Amino acid sequence: MVWKTIARHFIAQPAAPRKANSAAVAALRQRLTAAGHEKLGRSLAIRHVAAGSCNGCELELRATQNLIYDLTQYGLSFTPSPRHADILLITGVAGGNMLTAVREAREAMPDPVLVIAVGDCAVDGGVFKGSPAIAGGADAMLQVDLVVAGCPPAPAQIIEGLLALLEANDTAPRPVRVPR
Amino acid sequence: MRLLSPEDWRDFPGKFIALWTDAHYAYALYQPAQLVATPLVDGAYPALSHRGAAWFQRLAHDSNGHKAIGAADTRPAIEHFRSPDGTAAWPEFSSPGGEGIHQVAVGPIHAAIIEPGHFRFSLRGEEVLKLEARLGYSHKGTLGLIRGKSPRLAARFAARVSGDATVAHGIAFAHAAEAALGVTPPERAVYLRAVMAEIERLANHGGDIGAIAGDVGFAFLDARFAWHREALCEAARAAFGHRLMMDMVIPGGAAGDILPGGMAAILAAVLALENELPSLTRVFEDYASLQDRLVGTGIVSPQLAQAYAAGGFTGRASGQDHDARVSPGYAPYEHFGLEIPVEQDGDVAARIRIRLAEIIESIRFIRDMLKNLPDGALAVAMPAESGSGLGVAESFRGPVWYWLSIDSGVITDVFIADASTLQWPLLEIAATTAILADFPLINKSINASYSGVDL
Repeated sequence: MVWKTIARHFIAQPAAPRKANSAAVAALRQRLTAAGHEKLGRSLAIRHVAAGSCNGCELELRATQNLIYDLTQYGLSFTPSPRHADILLITGVAGGNMLTAVREAREAMPDPVLVIAVGDCAVDGGVFKGSPAIAGGADAMLQVDLVVAGCPPAPAQIIEGLLALLEANDTAPRPVRVPR
Repeated sequence: MRLLSPEDWRDFPGKFIALWTDAHYAYALYQPAQLVATPLVDGAYPALSHRGAAWFQRLAHDSNGHKAIGAADTRPAIEHFRSPDGTAAWPEFSSPGGEGIHQVAVGPIHAAIIEPGHFRFSLRGEEVLKLEARLGYSHKGTLGLIRGKSPRLAARFAARVSGDATVAHGIAFAHAAEAALGVTPPERAVYLRAVMAEIERLANHGGDIGAIAGDVGFAFLDARFAWHREALCEAARAAFGHRLMMDMVIPGGAAGDILPGGMAAILAAVLALENELPSLTRVFEDYASLQDRLVGTGIVSPQLAQAYAAGGFTGRASGQDHDARVSPGYAPYEHFGLEIPVEQDGDVAARIRIRLAEIIESIRFIRDMLKNLPDGALAVAMPAESGSGLGVAESFRGPVWYWLSIDSGVITDVFIADASTLQWPLLEIAATTAILADFPLINKSINASYSGVDL
């Protein structure tokens, strides 16, 4: 049994590497440059906040960490603490009851911060658009750098979005350090 | 529906499932599917003493402004921020008296990739004396959005009440709309719905068992079950075009047929799970370090489960033999016979054992249903008529109930009772049987939906 598994691993072809959509990278690069965004390191930590989702996006977000998608191979990881995070990843609508919590999470993060809206609800409210209980999508609370549409977006789509962010970040100007 | 006097309403015996109000009546639902109502007087109705009724009464107050006279618990359910600038003060959370008792606040933003909710623990050392869950953070106004729409349009909202149970919610909603308008969906659609519901059950049971193992640092089971969950999601995509099978169930039938190659994909994913399940079960049962964390943790006693009429694996792990697929029952399960596994221990380990047993049953269902898949149409039109109806479906976490009132093909009123509503209070009590560090484990083992109750 074990030998069979080992043999299979020798024969198996590695999966094609995932790549970010080049158009998305170019557009993002332009936006980050225009906003004067400073370059972050290469290994980025993500703080996820569900601001009013149906928990579908969370399922797919969690799946990015499984052994098939293996998010950490790209240097990306989820962190519980906003203090350690470079990316604020929002799922769900801007729920009225979550506005304060999202604002406080953003304030707890050290600048510069990249903000991603994942899923149709975070993009513009999705099917819940127009509900009096919500303020809209993530852009009703924060300035959003990248959106990943889908209801919910598949793990591969989420990873491609994050890769676009990594690539665009790579060409952002390095922060100017003032000598002490 | 039976109309009751306020006295009969208050004293009605039975296992309570849900309570809601519309413009004229307060409704209460009892097992297996008994609906009673009492007229509202000045926007108020007598409170029910059933332990599960509190959340529903709080929700009716917040969403419709109707008061439950004599209710002991009048905390807000979803309206936490009444002031226009959204900066309402935090409420006082009470602690049991005694020396050295302190509170720990968790949330609404949690450490893991999950939905928002606030937990307030009262602790003595590590021992949890009291847990108060403050929900409502993912409130999106779903009930209001469903009103004024046709059943077909509104199905999109039912599919997004709780994304992990999107198929079950879709089926319960469709059952309610079909009951209200006297529609019988075609057999093929009924079978396809059930296949989707069982795939959903497998994916969630597997994923959650793995996640619980992962929570205690047992990465092997987490990795293997996540792999199977992924295989099931990809099979669902191959068969129905969507990894979670969202929007596939519509009132009157199914939105599409099983795609070419889909059946083979489902059967392959199910076979892979079936082949590995015995060895995964053995690992779960044999590793002392795993069992040590799970056995005796987060106990829900059978008496408690009975008092709350808890459904799903949470109820079945605590001596309740209720399953909506059998009672009240719905098509096509009557053709396949269902073994309901029941345990008495009521701890995290028992809930996992129930879910492992349910995986085996679901695999059998999927095979049998696909083998006997009837030919024919996929959906029938919904007439623009009037009526009201109840619908139920057994989601992976328990029964999901929908009540719809339809006027000339437009939904005028709706209520949704996810199984989670009766499980959150159980979590609050189960948490007090363990230490704080065990809470994530207990929470995951019950896995009540936040979005499903915040509506």
